[in-house]
Parts: sequence; structure tokens; C-alpha cells
Amino acid sequence: MSWFEVLTNAIEQAVGPQAVVYCLAAIGLNIHFGYTGLLNFGQAAFMMVGGYAVGALVQTWGQNLWLSILVGLLAAVVLALILGVPTLRLRADYLAIATIAAAEALRQILGAASLNDQFGGQDGRFGFTEALRDINPIPEGGVDLGIIQFRSYDFFIMLIGWVLVALLCVFIYLLMRSPWGRVLKGIREDEDAVRSLGKNVYSYKMQALVLGGVIGAMAGIMSGLATSNVAPSDFATDTTFFAYTVLLIGGAARVLGPVLGALIFWFFLNGLDLFFGKATSGTDPLIPSAIMDSNQASLMRLIVLGLVLMLIMIYRPQGILGDRRELAIDGR
Amino acid sequence: MGADTMNEKHETAHGGGDVILVADGVTRTFGGLKAVDVDHFEIPRGKITALIGPNGAGKTTFFNLLTGFDKPDEGSWTFNGQSLSGVPPYKVARRGMVRTFQLTKVLSRLTVIENMRLGATGQKGERFLPSVLRFLWQGQEDANTERAMDLLRRFKLDAKKDDFAGSLSGGQRKLLEMARALMVDPELIMLDEPMAGVNPALKQSLLGHVKSLRDEGRTVLFVEHDMDMVRDISDWVVVMAQGKIVSQGTPDAVMSDPAVIDAYLGAHHDAELTFDMESQIEAEAEQEIAAETEENR
Repeated sequence: MSWFEVLTNAIEQAVGPQAVVYCLAAIGLNIHFGYTGLLNFGQAAFMMVGGYAVGALVQTWGQNLWLSILVGLLAAVVLALILGVPTLRLRADYLAIATIAAAEALRQILGAASLNDQFGGQDGRFGFTEALRDINPIPEGGVDLGIIQFRSYDFFIMLIGWVLVALLCVFIYLLMRSPWGRVLKGIREDEDAVRSLGKNVYSYKMQALVLGGVIGAMAGIMSGLATSNVAPSDFATDTTFFAYTVLLIGGAARVLGPVLGALIFWFFLNGLDLFFGKATSGTDPLIPSAIMDSNQASLMRLIVLGLVLMLIMIYRPQGILGDRRELAIDGR
Repeated sequence: MGADTMNEKHETAHGGGDVILVADGVTRTFGGLKAVDVDHFEIPRGKITALIGPNGAGKTTFFNLLTGFDKPDEGSWTFNGQSLSGVPPYKVARRGMVRTFQLTKVLSRLTVIENMRLGATGQKGERFLPSVLRFLWQGQEDANTERAMDLLRRFKLDAKKDDFAGSLSGGQRKLLEMARALMVDPELIMLDEPMAGVNPALKQSLLGHVKSLRDEGRTVLFVEHDMDMVRDISDWVVVMAQGKIVSQGTPDAVMSDPAVIDAYLGAHHDAELTFDMESQIEAEAEQEIAAETEENR
């Protein structure tokens, strides 16, 4: 692999199916955290109910794919209600605790050996995307866009995904410029003040939790469709934190923040992996094996990413699209 | 049942006119401390009522109870004859009883005009799906904006309308909070220490604004601990000390009431109190010393 291929591969990943998945997850989190100030640390749970509803309904119970997608979205609504009813009246940190615990509990349940027949244990569910592959209009040979190439099905998923992202961005733009969005932002700033003005804060927080959760389920469903597989390891706790990283890089409470964040995050996550992989391989590597061997190189991307996240939080806490003035006010 | 006799009693209590809010037997304890223990409390309609008392008298706690932000151990209270016990804060506000906060709660990362618009009630655009369709709420929004600008001009904040509320000074925040509360168009506006942390020049203008609220037909209840502040503008004064109401009446009557002087004015007749902890501790110490010297005499 040449250095040029390292670059093109990174670009392919930056717009690829995985970037779509994390972009959607971050859009959901943006409604929770960015606009409403809800600390949801269990976005993986919303992704999981979406993904598993589709995987299990189609593979285990032989249901129609499209119907299963609808059920997956409804399942996210139910999960949001279950998490929200007891916690949204309490202080913000209770939601954080409940969501992170729920995500991990759900993951353990779905991956349990005793539910192997229904959910497939650690292997999860797979091969449930036939209905979608059948309607794939992209030529079988894939798509060649000059320096980057995609396989046919991947490109189809990306197409659906980015169109969905675009539609959601328009929807969120419309929502957030409206009085409804103003109430959410008011709640983020000070919910008692909003209460004192006659707004039912609990109801608005619930609406935000449901909306962001449903978008999270879309991310889980896209993830399942893209890889034709849903497994417990796809929805570990770090999934949620990757989504937060995407959001914070791009800028919270900005409509396009998650989109830009997802592109950058996946470009660097894969670019760094390929770079260090290449730099430590071969007979005369760029980085001498005394400093780093190829096994160690695979960890470098997360180390560098952690460093970048720290630097962003210190020097540009509002993210790339954020407004510094707004954040300066926060400290007063 | 006993409403008529009750009303009669109230009329005599504050020299004629009807009452907008009546509270009976409201108590609230924090651990072993009985923070609020009010037998009977009422607010005359269309007047300015001042709720005063030394620091720690339970004024703000009582305020929180009346507006639903805190739950009492027992007690009941009515607003316009309707019970408000157990009613959540947002419903209290919708019924026409709106409060402000001692520590000002402006929404920092919203602009001044957005803060104001948020106060308007019954907005069609605040429902989830209709909010996406701008034409459904644009007309109402324009009307609200116009009303907001009128209020901002009155409070001399119109030049700041596009600034973030977080960039305002302390006094301007008090004004914004008061203006925002007026966007709800309340019958009873409850101001929790509107004068706290405001410079003396702005205090006078704030007092003017409080008076203007009464002049346009609203009822005002405000919490204050500086007696001099309330003398000019209030029609009715209620004094709290250690959770109980120790006296009520016209400002002059209250100021000559020995119970008030004991509880409050005796210790710091001239000293202006502020609400930061240091002076609170100092004041408490002074009070204790005063009580001791009284005993020794």
C-alpha cells in the first residue's frame, strides 16, 4: 500500500457507512446534550434496540425487513419512555447514570447464552438484509469516483445514509429555529427559569429524549444494514463515547456539527491506523522497530485521538463550528 | 362554605379590598429546622405587598412553597379562590402567578429578545410537529416580538435585544427577568429580592418599575430584607422571622410594632443588609449579642 492509498482509504472511510452510523448517533446526542442539556451516556442502548429489533425480527422470527425497521424505531420510543419517566424529574446526573447502566445491562442481556436462540449470543444476528440487497440499484461492479472506490452495496448504504442525514439536518434546523427549539435551549440553560414561565419542562425533556433516541435507533439500524450483522460488541460503551467525540469535534448545538465531526473523526481514526500500520511495516520501516512494532502501532490511533480530544476540549471546547462567545458566557 | 366569612375577615385584616392569595397553616421543615410555619397569610389584590424579614427568616422558602417549586409538609393556599396545593410550578405560572428568582436566572446563551419571547404563553410553535411549519406560528411570533420590544423599551433594554443575556450586568439581568415575567402577563408577580446586588442608582429605577406594575393593575409581592427599601412603595407589609409571620400591616404600623423591632429592626436599624454569607453571619452574631444584652439588662 502506497502513501497515496493511505490517504484515499482514509477518505473512503470518512464518508463510508461507519461514518454515517456515527453521524446519526451524534445527531441524536446533539438533541439530547447539545440542545436540551440531557446527559445521555447510553446512546448505544438506543442503537442496540434499533439494530436488534431489525436483526432478530427478520432472522429469528422471519418478519418483513421494512416492518422490522418500523418496530426498531418504536422500540427506541419505548426505551426513551422507560428511561425518562423515572429520571427526567430528577437532577441531570440521574439520567446519565440510568442510561449508561441501561446500555450495559441491555448489551449483556442480548448477548446472553440463554437467549442464544433469539438473539444469537455473542455472534448476534446476521444475514437479514436480503430485502434491501434485492432493491440495490447500484451496478454490481461498484462505484469508481476517481481516487476513491466503493463496493456496490456499501455505496447504496452510504447513499441512503447521507440522504437520511441531510433530511434530518433540515428537520432539526426547522425545529431548532422554532419556539419549540427555544424551549429546549431554555431548559439547557436553566430549567427552573423555564418552569417559572409556565412551560411543562418534563414534557419537553421527554420529547427531546424520544426524538434523539429514535435517531439513535436509526444509527443502530444503519449499522446492522451496513454490515449485515448486529452483535453485542457493536454496541459497547465506547460506541456512545465515540459518538460524543464526533459531536464535540464538530460542535454541539450546531445542526451540521455531527456531520462535520463524523467526517473528521473517521478520516483520522482510519487514516492514523493506516499511517502507523504502514510506518511500522516492511523490512526498513519509517519508524524503527526499536521504537514501535506493528502490534503496538494498532493502538496508536486511539492514543492520538485521545490527545486530539483533550486538545480540543482545552483550546476549542465549542468544537469546530461552535461560537466561542457563547461558551465564554457559560463560565460567568 | 366559609368563604364569605373568610373574605370578610381578610377585608378587615388589611383595610378593605379583596385578596388574591390566601395561605393557611403552611409548614416546611428541613431536618429539625422549621423553616416555614405560617398560620395565615394573604395578599391584597392590586397592591404592592412586601414580605420582609431578617436573613434566614424563611421568606424565600415560603416563596418557593407558594409557587410550587418546593412542597410543604402541610398547609393549603388558594389563588383567585382556586387551590394551588400540589400544583406544579408551570401550572402555577399559567394561572397567572409568576415569580422571579433571588439569584437571577436569565438564560445566558439565548439572546435578550429570545429570553423575552420564551415568556409568551400559549405559543402554537411550542408544540413539536407544528413547530416545523413556520407559517403556523409566524404571526403569533411577530405579535410576541412586538410586545417584547415594548417591554424592553420600558425597561431600557431595547438596545441590548440581540446580545446574549449572559453578557448583561447584574442589574440588567434583574430587569430582564422582570420584563420576561411580564411576558406571561401575570395577575400576581412575585419578585424574590429584586433589589439584591443592584447598585443604588438602578435601585431607584427598579422601585419605579415595581410601582408601575401596580399602576397597570397587577398585584405585586416582593421579598426584601431592607426595611427602608419597602417603606416608600409598599401598601402592605408582612414581616417574617424564624419562619413565622410576626407582624403585618401598613408600612408605618409595621415599623412601630414592637414585635418587628425586636425581631428585626432592633439589631440593625440603620445597617443595610446584603445577602452574602459574610454579612449574614455577622448579622446573626449581632442579633445574638443584642438578645443577650437585652436579657442582662
